[in-house]
Amino acid sequence: MNPLVLWFHKIGSPPTFYRIAGALAPWCFGIAIVLGAIGLYGGLVLAPRDYQQGDAYRIIFIHVPCAWMSLFTYGFMAINAFIALVWRIKLSEILAMASAPVGAAFTFITLVTGSLWGKPMWGTWWTWDARLTSELVLLFLYLGVIGLYSAIDDKRKAARAASFLALIGIINIPIVHFSVNWWNTLHQGSTVRLMGPSKISGDMLWPLLTMALATHIWFFASLFARTRVGLLELEGGKDWARDVALADAARNDTVKVHG
Amino acid sequence: MADFLAMNGYAAYIWPSYAVFFIVLAIDAIAPRLRRKRVLAEIRGKLQRRQSREATP
Repeated sequence: MNPLVLWFHKIGSPPTFYRIAGALAPWCFGIAIVLGAIGLYGGLVLAPRDYQQGDAYRIIFIHVPCAWMSLFTYGFMAINAFIALVWRIKLSEILAMASAPVGAAFTFITLVTGSLWGKPMWGTWWTWDARLTSELVLLFLYLGVIGLYSAIDDKRKAARAASFLALIGIINIPIVHFSVNWWNTLHQGSTVRLMGPSKISGDMLWPLLTMALATHIWFFASLFARTRVGLLELEGGKDWARDVALADAARNDTVKVHG
Repeated sequence: MADFLAMNGYAAYIWPSYAVFFIVLAIDAIAPRLRRKRVLAEIRGKLQRRQSREATP
């Protein structure tokens, strides 16, 4: 095997990934919280009021990063679901299944904050607008993946079934993204663009991008923590998982004796 | 400070949004910790049952 494939196999082996993820997760949580605090200070305190939406627009600093994350997480889940189905790599099965609850959390925040923004701006909590409806379908897809995975006892079969559902659901991703262009409905169009100039002033943009970075790092923090548990659950009968369980018990006993 | 909290009349929409954001992400961070405890206890339980089965002839 060439060195790259060998390296990939090593990283992908459950005990190795368990260790690496354990070392990275606390850093990711910490950096995400610090960046989040900076971004929210910039968004809530430093950024000026919007000339049209007043202070209500400040919901943008959580709504938009969470909405981006709802799509990013789905992409990440679908890529791992594809790898899990084609090459049957255990780690990919666990990564795909671990990202579903995080994606559901971000999608839920997007829908609720959007609703709280819609009330003062549009005069309604909810409307069957293309963007809103497709985002709701996205939440149901995440819940479907979570439900299917937990309904089947054999976790490897469960992961393959749920991965298949995740792949079918990809059809919804371009619909969410382009819905504001394809249909002329209530939800406003894209403000921040990768191609061409963004339609937002700099002192509003940097807190938004900082929040986007913070939520991405948060995703990986949560993903690592969840993947570790998933690997322990799947490999509960293996020596490395038993060692972790026994070391954990020993640590708890020490805390009890000395605490 | 009071001005800041009032958000020019939009406080009733902004602060609940931020509350939902923080509560949901807090749950997202705590959930795997709780599940980890349960999974580790399960692994130890299985190990113990097997050891006691092997100890009694």
